[in-house]
Amino acid sequence: MNATAGHSEGPAGMSWFLKVWAVLLVLTAVEIFLAYEELPVHIMLILLMGISLIKAAMIVAYFMHLRYERTSLVWTLVPATIFVLVMMTVFFSDSLRIVRLGLFLH
Amino acid sequence: MSELDVAVNGGQQIWQGGESPYAIPSNKLGMWLFIVSDSITFGAVLFCYAYLRLASPDWPSPFHLASIENATVMTFVLLSSSVTMVAAVEAAKAGRIAASVRWLAATMLGGVIFDILHIREWLGLIHEGLRLYHNDWGSPLFGAAFFTLTGLHMTHVTIGVIYLCVVAIGFRRGKFTSDDVEISGLYWHFVDLVWMFIFPLVYLLSARIR
Repeated sequence: MNATAGHSEGPAGMSWFLKVWAVLLVLTAVEIFLAYEELPVHIMLILLMGISLIKAAMIVAYFMHLRYERTSLVWTLVPATIFVLVMMTVFFSDSLRIVRLGLFLH
Repeated sequence: MSELDVAVNGGQQIWQGGESPYAIPSNKLGMWLFIVSDSITFGAVLFCYAYLRLASPDWPSPFHLASIENATVMTFVLLSSSVTMVAAVEAAKAGRIAASVRWLAATMLGGVIFDILHIREWLGLIHEGLRLYHNDWGSPLFGAAFFTLTGLHMTHVTIGVIYLCVVAIGFRRGKFTSDDVEISGLYWHFVDLVWMFIFPLVYLLSARIR
């Protein structure tokens, strides 16, 4: 656990984190406002997940400091996570289909 | 970044082993890899919840205004505890050990408040008749999906509080370095991040409007 070599210039102190925090709270307030707007459920799902993805990206980039790490770390972590999550949506339905393939019922 | 690497390493050693291509401690990389795998676990449970919800025409929407308010306060507490965590890391990196431990304690307090509010929410729902395999509102799968998802997250928050407690004690005694505080912060922010998906998917999309 030696000191981090090349620990790059971070964000500009606590005032910056407080700004990120304020934006996250505002986005949360927008989400709660949307919850009571009685929109069609798929529109609501897209809006809420869109805002949540923005919030998640802000948490990862600033609170978890990923924006100020080496780009090699970002390229190692982020595409792999997104790829696996996307593939999960593709193969998710196989968890139901596999029962009907007869592997377990015969 | 790459120009810097060339300048520092002469553009030679970085792919030849004996270098640190990510320029972070190995335990920090380990925590990042754990976070990737844990986000996939939560992804699976969230997909499962969304699938069950879409496949069940009688999915209940049991969260009345008091529940949504409670969950909003929980979100606020968790987001704020992320800010105190960042403050703890900043203090630790600046060598202010006592201040860092105080901020860590504030973060733990946030986690404990979150847990208490969440358990209050659970007890309220159980009192209204929600069980793992039964409820009076609609699809019986709701209880199983709700308790699995929020229970997994609550477990993460509880483990996080214990983890931060161990790190705070170790850091004060000089056993852990500021890097260890930063790494525990990564875990804490991740737990916060997951709640940013559970709150809209579970609570806001199932709000009882009338």
